[in-house]
Amino acid sequence: MSNIFINDQGLPFCKGCGHSTIANNTEKALAKLGLKPLDVILVTDIGCHGIIDKSFNTHTVHGLHGRSVALGAGISAGITNPDKKVIVFIGDGGATIGMQHIIDAAHNGYNMTVVIHNNMLYGMTGGQPSEYTPMGFKTPTKQAGSTKFSYDICKIVAAAGGTYVRRVMGIGDFSDALSEAFGRPGFSLVEVMEICPSYGVKSNPEMKLSKVVENAGLATEVIADLPAKHYVTDRREALPSLFSPSDVIPAQAGTRLQAETSTHGELRIMMCGSAGEGVQVAAELLARAGIRAGLQVTKKGSYPVTVGVGFSAAEVILSPEAINYTGTVTPDYMIITSRDGLDFGKKAAGRMKSGKIYLDESLESPVTGAEIIRFPFREKTGARNASFMGVFYFLHDTNLLPVEVMVNSFNENKISKKVSADQFLQLLSA
Amino acid sequence: MKEKEIIFTDSSKLITESLVRAGADVFIGYPITPANLLYAYGERRFPIFFAAPDEITTLQWMSGFAVTGHLPVTATSFPGYALMIESVNMAYMMELPMVIVLIQRLGPATGTATCGAQGDLNVVNGTLSGGYPLPCLSMSTVSDCWELPQKALQMAADLRTPVVLLSSKEEVMTYRSIDMGALAEIQPVKRKAFSVKEPYLPYAPAENLVPEFRPVTQDEHQVRITASTHDQTGIIQNTTPAALGNTARLARKIRKNLDHYLYYDYDRQEGAKTLLITYGITTQAAIDAIRDYRESGKKASLLVMKTLLPVHSKYYEICNDYDHIIIAEENLEGELRKIMFGQADSPRVSGVNKIGQMIEPGEIIKALEDHE
Repeated sequence: MSNIFINDQGLPFCKGCGHSTIANNTEKALAKLGLKPLDVILVTDIGCHGIIDKSFNTHTVHGLHGRSVALGAGISAGITNPDKKVIVFIGDGGATIGMQHIIDAAHNGYNMTVVIHNNMLYGMTGGQPSEYTPMGFKTPTKQAGSTKFSYDICKIVAAAGGTYVRRVMGIGDFSDALSEAFGRPGFSLVEVMEICPSYGVKSNPEMKLSKVVENAGLATEVIADLPAKHYVTDRREALPSLFSPSDVIPAQAGTRLQAETSTHGELRIMMCGSAGEGVQVAAELLARAGIRAGLQVTKKGSYPVTVGVGFSAAEVILSPEAINYTGTVTPDYMIITSRDGLDFGKKAAGRMKSGKIYLDESLESPVTGAEIIRFPFREKTGARNASFMGVFYFLHDTNLLPVEVMVNSFNENKISKKVSADQFLQLLSA
Repeated sequence: MKEKEIIFTDSSKLITESLVRAGADVFIGYPITPANLLYAYGERRFPIFFAAPDEITTLQWMSGFAVTGHLPVTATSFPGYALMIESVNMAYMMELPMVIVLIQRLGPATGTATCGAQGDLNVVNGTLSGGYPLPCLSMSTVSDCWELPQKALQMAADLRTPVVLLSSKEEVMTYRSIDMGALAEIQPVKRKAFSVKEPYLPYAPAENLVPEFRPVTQDEHQVRITASTHDQTGIIQNTTPAALGNTARLARKIRKNLDHYLYYDYDRQEGAKTLLITYGITTQAAIDAIRDYRESGKKASLLVMKTLLPVHSKYYEICNDYDHIIIAEENLEGELRKIMFGQADSPRVSGVNKIGQMIEPGEIIKALEDHE
């Protein structure tokens, strides 16, 4: 019978190489399943086995060393037709460097079969030991034999969730094992044991493949045989835009900013407090209030990578004109509500030659040319609300924006369900 | 006049929305500061979202999706990009379309994850073994964050190549008031329809030197995709003339078509002898600096490069009109400056450079004054 999947170019491997046996068994196994060549996407890794592409009539994809299983997983996840079959050929070297990809693909259950060509060494590069070289097995670069135990990849993959996992000797007809794997929806893996005729046989002339495998404690049997299940890519159609009409902030009242600002109308407010004390939200609400007042605004936050502890600072720029540069220059105003905030903001305060700093009463004054205004933000409203109090106090004192826009901005936020803007306004009027 | 639709947003959201409207349909993400907003928005907005276990897997999955006809996207920062590089080479060699949004932060190594930078241009420029040009577009303004993602995706699809979309922490994490109504409509990327030619050769180039794409999901033509040196058949060929010609074509196709993807802003001032060049996050300071400098009665022109790599000859034509060139970028030794003008110091070309903080308009003005 003529081949369907392997073309007439012949196989490119050394005489006696198990890779040829795998290719021929793959041909048989695919034919048994009644597949057509272009139903199959053969993904190959780097190594001797990877030069097989030209011999197959299937689609072929040939990538990087060790990454073929991840590449195959991506292909599998991208295919909508479950009748397509993704087969990955990889060597024991590739299965060493790319072991995480194998575990991950098994764990997620991508619809694919991995065939490991385990000839127990790196054949293409001169016969170095891989992590699959059994203890005592000699290779050209390890003439005394490997001093490490080899991985049992089948057990690892079975533990990770492979639906069909099997180890076979790479001799004779093992096409039934391959067709079982190819036909099983989900992640399947067949590890085929071989001895490299160029490096393995020569380095271990006295050893038979069956003995090597037996000594390594590797069982040539079915290691996992689970009901078929496979990952189905979630394709979410027509998700809503990230922007909705309700995001639009209505302009509400004219600004009073114009006369108060420095060059080009930009006013910079820096808020410094502690994580968990509403600094970022308060700054955002101030910025939104600015938009309501018809201004252009920017806001950015600074905080350590551990976002739940330490300082939290925000810079807000308000301007009647377009804002370009948002980097740190000297602020016009600072609102400092905690010890962390003061420590972080000292440098900026030191640069201020004018302007105002609204400082919690509990803190010592920083060295600055700005006017310092003290208020017991923390004591009056509690640490969690000190930043909001700071913003209300700042607007009340400067009259830069109508306080109503800040109230509206505040009431729009879920924070208003926990604390009322009136609380802040009453404190101000007192 | 149309009523303004002011919203308050960060640019990560603009970039994500633009990519999806343009037709990008897969986002593969691995978390990394400061690209995490893109990850979060990607999860909400992309039709297909995958959380990868690492950045090598990210690029491999993207490549797998691209082989099946999807247009994948990821967002990362230098440490992640470094892990992706071999796989970017693979995707480039395989000729797979994808967009990598690279958000720069302060390096080297882990550096400071929460501090912005413009320190990755050399890495992008040197991504490909052999010095092949990897397209890189850089966003400089809010409208760029809306329009360039679509253009990057179009370029990736048209030229069958990974495209790096470059930004930095301050650009994608700063919130701004913007007028949604003033943003241009994002057109879906058009992918070239396959025209049947027999026999089908996976890497036979069309007139623009780009091979026509066929996904492995169809069963009319055998597709062979490979990252190893290959000829038009997609089979490993060692170093035959046909295979080397195919590899050289990878560079030629980018350069031949680059005019169609040349984006820059050139604010020319008549009589100016100094040209200020910048890109990315430093653009904002440069615009302010040029404005203030001119207000003081002095002259200078401004070139904001958006198509950064490969460097287009048009930029040199512009440079030829000036006695002095100043390149402002947030890195230590002037990455764009050295890419454009070499390693040797030149009295004609100087830089404004800084690390750990955005370059201030005043620092640029000082450099302009130094050249008077």
